[in-house]
Amino acid sequence: MNLFFYIAGIVAILSTIMVIAQKNAIHALLYMIVSFFSIAVIFYLLDAPFIAALEIIIYAGAILVLFIFVTMMLNIVIEKKKEKRWLKPKMWVIPIILAVVLFLDLVFAVYSIPFPSVDKGVVMPKHLGVALFTQYLPAVEISAMLLLVGVIGAYHLGSQEKKVTHRFFEKK
Amino acid sequence: MHTAIVIVVVLLVVISIAAGLIWVERRLLALWQDRLGPNRVGPLGLMQVLADMIKIFFKEDWIPPFADKAVFIIAPAITMVTTLLSFAFIPWAPNFVVFDSNFGILFFLGFSSLGVYSVVLAGWSSNNKYSLLGGMRASAQMLTYEVFMGISLMGVVMMADSFSFSAIVKAQQHMWFFIPQFAGFVVFFIAGIAETHRLPFDIPEAEGELVAGYHTEYSGMKFGMFFVGEYMGITLISAIIATLFFGGWLGPSFLPPFVWFFLKTFFFIGVFILLRAGLPRPRYDQLMEFGWKILFPLSLVNLLVTAAVLLFIK
Repeated sequence: MNLFFYIAGIVAILSTIMVIAQKNAIHALLYMIVSFFSIAVIFYLLDAPFIAALEIIIYAGAILVLFIFVTMMLNIVIEKKKEKRWLKPKMWVIPIILAVVLFLDLVFAVYSIPFPSVDKGVVMPKHLGVALFTQYLPAVEISAMLLLVGVIGAYHLGSQEKKVTHRFFEKK
Repeated sequence: MHTAIVIVVVLLVVISIAAGLIWVERRLLALWQDRLGPNRVGPLGLMQVLADMIKIFFKEDWIPPFADKAVFIIAPAITMVTTLLSFAFIPWAPNFVVFDSNFGILFFLGFSSLGVYSVVLAGWSSNNKYSLLGGMRASAQMLTYEVFMGISLMGVVMMADSFSFSAIVKAQQHMWFFIPQFAGFVVFFIAGIAETHRLPFDIPEAEGELVAGYHTEYSGMKFGMFFVGEYMGITLISAIIATLFFGGWLGPSFLPPFVWFFLKTFFFIGVFILLRAGLPRPRYDQLMEFGWKILFPLSLVNLLVTAAVLLFIK
């Protein structure tokens, strides 16, 4: 079990690095899908198959499709040149320093704070639903409101009066 | 050992059914259109499949120089892999299933949503405007229909109280679920046609407008994988309809369980082919409107009513 976890973890880290380092936007998104897969595997190994399935359905199957949908319309040749200009070696210095600080922080935290046990048996959808609608109800309601705002906004942006451009059907 | 045998049997049977459907579809279409169809090669034209396969294997497997080579090669494989993986969760008979997961339906939904990438990436990597248009249409269409494909199944899940295909089959011993879940069945069936982008919902490849849509640049066995992948998708959706709404392998005991399963599956494959023979293709915006304005509210109402009735009974 541990071996699978480490393999999935290494794949997750490598693919996430490739997301940043890739010059081609679509290839970067493909690496992102791989990284979501490896995270789903990790969830599965941590006895949360429901979350693993949701990770695949929602992140890899829906959100990333929308990302690719938008990116598909960009001109990849021009974008690649831009990326080449942006991804100079100098650009890596500050992010690497920040990442190292965060990493040291994480290592320190892992060693000093007792790790919460995750070994509580398989998380069933029912448990998750009960937790969401009792303990985490405010979070659910806030995200529901956020989604509603998004729906209304999209409706407002999309609801233009239909323009008939044919000369015989021109509206006065 | 048992699992290994099941895996090999499922793989071989699914691929041979998918290949055989090439012949079945052409013969059935011919029957409904008052023609003969392929009847020259072998008895009843059955060897037509073999001839087609030999032809497709020996065609030049050409990759256009302007294509994104790696993605171009991966794309057709994705559809085969995701469809075949979904078959792992479907029980063909009692104890005849590759992986009897407690979350079978969720993983099926996950894999079917990953199938979008095959079409979208094929359309993008071909670097051809018709392919790109096909890929864009496919991603919008499949994303839309996925939403209520999942919701329409939740009624069944609530009635059986499980995400596992085997448990759902066992819960249908007294009544097949298409009677209490008729709305869910209709929505799932239509969403299933859209997911496999079959006629009448084949607008990603609409040959009258887009040459051949997302697979315009594909040839040889790469095209063959899209071709067979589509038939595998039909088989998968038919098998899932049979399992979730029509009692799967349940049936009177004068026939063994897997025969019942195959009879039901083949009935729905036949319906898929009949739809192709009988219905014209809708316009793109009509398809999206039909999805969001009719099927999506219908599936939500079905979900709410099922939940309310179940709460009332318990």
